[in-house]
Amino acid sequence: MSTPTDSAPAAPAAPKPTRIPPIVTLDAKFFWDAADQEQFVGQKCGDCGLFTFPPRPMCPQCFSLNRQIVPLSGRGTVHGWTIPRHPAPFGFKEAPIVAVIQLEEGIRFVSNVVDCAHDEIRPDMPVVVTFEATMNNHKVPVFKPAGK
Amino acid sequence: MARKFTEAAIAGIGQTEFSKASGRSELQLAAECALAACRDAGVNPHDIDGMITFTIDNSDEINLARCLGVKDLAYTTRIPGGGAAAAATIYQAMAAVNAGLCNNVLIWRAMNERSQYRFGQNPQGQQMQYQSGNGTGSLLWCVPYGAMTPASWGALQAARYMQKYGVTNRDLGYISVQQRAYAANNPAAWFYGKPITLEDHQSSKWIQEPWLRLLDCCQESDGGVAILVTSLDRARDLQQKPVHILGATQSIPYNVEVISNYYHDDLTVMPEAQGVAKRLWAMTGLAPSDMQMAAIYDAFTPHVLLQLEAFGFCKPGEGKDFVKSGGMALDGPLPTNTNGGLSGEAYIHGMNSMIEGVRQIRGTSHNQVTKKTVEHVLVSSGMAGAVLARA
Ligand SMILES: [Zn+2]
Repeated sequence: MSTPTDSAPAAPAAPKPTRIPPIVTLDAKFFWDAADQEQFVGQKCGDCGLFTFPPRPMCPQCFSLNRQIVPLSGRGTVHGWTIPRHPAPFGFKEAPIVAVIQLEEGIRFVSNVVDCAHDEIRPDMPVVVTFEATMNNHKVPVFKPAGK
Repeated sequence: MARKFTEAAIAGIGQTEFSKASGRSELQLAAECALAACRDAGVNPHDIDGMITFTIDNSDEINLARCLGVKDLAYTTRIPGGGAAAAATIYQAMAAVNAGLCNNVLIWRAMNERSQYRFGQNPQGQQMQYQSGNGTGSLLWCVPYGAMTPASWGALQAARYMQKYGVTNRDLGYISVQQRAYAANNPAAWFYGKPITLEDHQSSKWIQEPWLRLLDCCQESDGGVAILVTSLDRARDLQQKPVHILGATQSIPYNVEVISNYYHDDLTVMPEAQGVAKRLWAMTGLAPSDMQMAAIYDAFTPHVLLQLEAFGFCKPGEGKDFVKSGGMALDGPLPTNTNGGLSGEAYIHGMNSMIEGVRQIRGTSHNQVTKKTVEHVLVSSGMAGAVLARA
């Protein structure tokens, strides 16, 4: 007995993602749902226009519950970074660069800088968003050096 | 008990041995250190009427009260924020006594943080750590990116500060060397008899490159520490020289959180410690130069610098020069963490360094400040602080 896949030419198996999927809370579900679709979005107050991160149910400036989900530019700079050596973080074959990204919209977001050698990372380096797969078929926004 | 403003004092301190494997339950550690604090003060544990700990302490108030035979518990509370809670326990005990609500407030923290679970390793029971009240609001935004340990969160917080002022990892080594020198002379310290050199620090492995090496990090420890707080008047009649809680406060400015603290305006300062400093100096009418010793929460070395600067012991960015020139030494301007701190003595979540402040005022430290009389001690856990004073 053979199945169609058995007879197909053996394609190199894509490595399974090992990155831990995001922990999704109700107030941040919009963010991770959009990331799964490779969209980088943020929360903006529908009344006064304030961007907030981390997401929250109420605007701290005008107390509006009117949350707007808006696309973010995906452009930012490296505000600070670290390379976790010990213990080796779960889900990474090589030590990642973990960074606080200062986004154009004036909010900060913790992420990774990818496609960047450990000795290439610099403070205030411009970066742009891209996406990487996680376990359980999710995706998370990460950043790469602008122009790469 | 009349509800009139009542000055508060620390009447007793107690601790278990500090180890890597206590071999007994956390509740037993809690009971043992609580009893030690009561015996130190000369207070019958039956008369405890207030109990305060951290939200993340695993021992139940009622179970501990049952061990101690507490007759009538008038007040219980728990403080959020992990180690940031440390000095807030003194703050709330002071407030309860000030308000005339309690006579004998027991503060405790007991944990098998090395033998039962390890803060320094990747999380096991993941969800548990992100519960409300643990003061770890945004950690879930870090975990998919490989920032899974306190050192990774702490390094990410310190990076901007270290970049701005050119603080090198070698600069941080002076803090570790000083604290290990203190620990080496403190029989209760895990690293008793084991000082280190700057070269030892520089050859210890990277935990978070290029910011933190192993010897920049606190230990993981088993043990318990307790403090008994009562009124200043009552404390005068008890066994030990009373230690007056002259002032204590907490500050959590907008958009500040514990450790995953990346969302406030300026990551080169510690706004929570600045807020504590402002209120504490106003409350006590004192200034940094009035302190003869400090116990400063040192989960990671850069945060010692940030607190020294926030409290005004030196200017922004000058912390590294302060420690390099012996600022934390016994004969320096601010003997700091003379027990060895959380890296040298043990990591009982900041509590063990706070009771070293009590010993300095009593004159009973193994590294006693002798060049001047210890009138005032600052204890800081970043989000909270207190000034302890000779009564
Ligand atoms: Zn608004």
